[in-house]
Amino acid sequence: MVAVAAREIADGELVFVGMRLPVLAFAVARSTHAPSALGLYEVGLLRAEPAEGFLGTMGDPPNVAGALWATRLSNVMALLAQGLVDLGFIGGAEVDRFGNVNTSCIGDFRQPRVKLPGSGGGADIAILSRRWVTLMSHEKRRLVERVAYVTSPGHGDGTPGWRARSGLPGGGPSAIVTTLGVLRFPPEGGEAFLASVHPGHTAEEVRAETGWDLKVAPDLAETVPPSDAELAQIRRYDPDGFWTRRGPA
Amino acid sequence: MPKVMSMREAVERFVADGMAVALSCSLEPLVPFAAGHEIIRQGRRDLELVAPISDSLFDQLIGAGCVRRVTAAWAGNVSEGLGHNYRRAAEKGEPLPLEIHDHSNFSISLALWAAAWGSPYIPTRTLLGSDILRSNPNLAVTDGLVRVPAVKPDLAILHVQRADAAGRAHAWGPLGIAEESALAAERVILSCEELVAAEVILSDPNRVLVAESKVVAVVPESGGAHPAPVQGYWRRDHRSMREYAERSRSREGFLGWLREQVLEVPDRAAYLRRVAGLDELRVRRHRLSAPADYGAE
Repeated sequence: MVAVAAREIADGELVFVGMRLPVLAFAVARSTHAPSALGLYEVGLLRAEPAEGFLGTMGDPPNVAGALWATRLSNVMALLAQGLVDLGFIGGAEVDRFGNVNTSCIGDFRQPRVKLPGSGGGADIAILSRRWVTLMSHEKRRLVERVAYVTSPGHGDGTPGWRARSGLPGGGPSAIVTTLGVLRFPPEGGEAFLASVHPGHTAEEVRAETGWDLKVAPDLAETVPPSDAELAQIRRYDPDGFWTRRGPA
Repeated sequence: MPKVMSMREAVERFVADGMAVALSCSLEPLVPFAAGHEIIRQGRRDLELVAPISDSLFDQLIGAGCVRRVTAAWAGNVSEGLGHNYRRAAEKGEPLPLEIHDHSNFSISLALWAAAWGSPYIPTRTLLGSDILRSNPNLAVTDGLVRVPAVKPDLAILHVQRADAAGRAHAWGPLGIAEESALAAERVILSCEELVAAEVILSDPNRVLVAESKVVAVVPESGGAHPAPVQGYWRRDHRSMREYAERSRSREGFLGWLREQVLEVPDRAAYLRRVAGLDELRVRRHRLSAPADYGAE
């Protein structure tokens, strides 16, 4: 999943790096196919070279040493608000067929069954970055018809042009990278479809693990497995498997 | 009025029941855990906590029964995930019901800048399309823009690398929303790794965090952010964050942790003596910046 997420980063892009797996994905991209990508961290950092070794949070001292810019959160958000961030990453508890992400609560927000930590910068990235990618463990309870609470809006109600009509400046989600495959969206927004399945899995299996009637691309591909170079970088930046032990690389 | 004092005195004098307190405003680094623990020991109640994300400090204060409302973008345990006390309070009202005013990181920053600038609100496009607009009763959409009303804390508590006796602080590394929370708050309490001479601070006035007139207390408190990191001083104690996450999974487990790590500990020095492997967390390889020349003639 990390290697596939890393490939979403094009060389030269300004990437809003979220917590957890995206920190690794940025490090892998930068060390392989995107050597001139730059990473923005909402804590108030801009980096080129990934920090050496393990990061428990983006504010850990190794991520600050060697930074290109150490500043305040509102300065990072200024770049985001001006549409200068090419790509953001958003994790979450659940995502729906239109790419809306919930990181706030399961059940009614007034009386939640499970209270989740909340937006952090997720809503800001979802609304303001040029495009963004969600990383998600592929389970039926996580890929749902409609999320209970839209923390980070994707393509809203799925009607064409929903984002522009609703005043959201950024382009919205371009992909959902999961443990089983990659879902993508039509250029005009709307509903996610299965674009590729990871080796060892089938479209039927992915559809069975998805909470809506998932459409499959006519030219469905098999995901290119992680290369030796990508795997080596994942091991370099997550030596003990702290972030990657819960799912395949 | 001398500003240098112990954490006990600073909390006694400047933290009152019912206050809105900005804490943990640099996101993951520089979290004022020592101040939070003293607030718990002194039994403050009905606080409103304000921050973008709080690493586990908000969770601890909530579990200890100090909190009435959380105004924040994220509350949990950054490397471990969910905040178990936050969950119990929001889901079951345990130990007390909790009012939650949701924000994003950007919108809480704007709310504090609005207060800092004396503006009633700041309009923005962020939060458009998000249910945060439904669950936070203070946010509204007018003319296609979100109005983020000012959030004005009574107090901001910030941990910094060094400060002088007059309350001038140097903090470095990423600052999160530390500056706007200090400017917005009525008063500021600083805790610092080192209390230094005024000449040290004034040699680099660009690095001063906030006007000294805001600062009412300076608490020399080395290790006051543990288990959070402090650039140049301390690495993050991931093991301690994990242990807290595991022990706070149940209410009973949390109460045991609270007794052992907070209630039965008289002060920060005693707390630090209980931290396993504390010395390994000290930053050893220093990277000093080049001095800036403030020469005038």
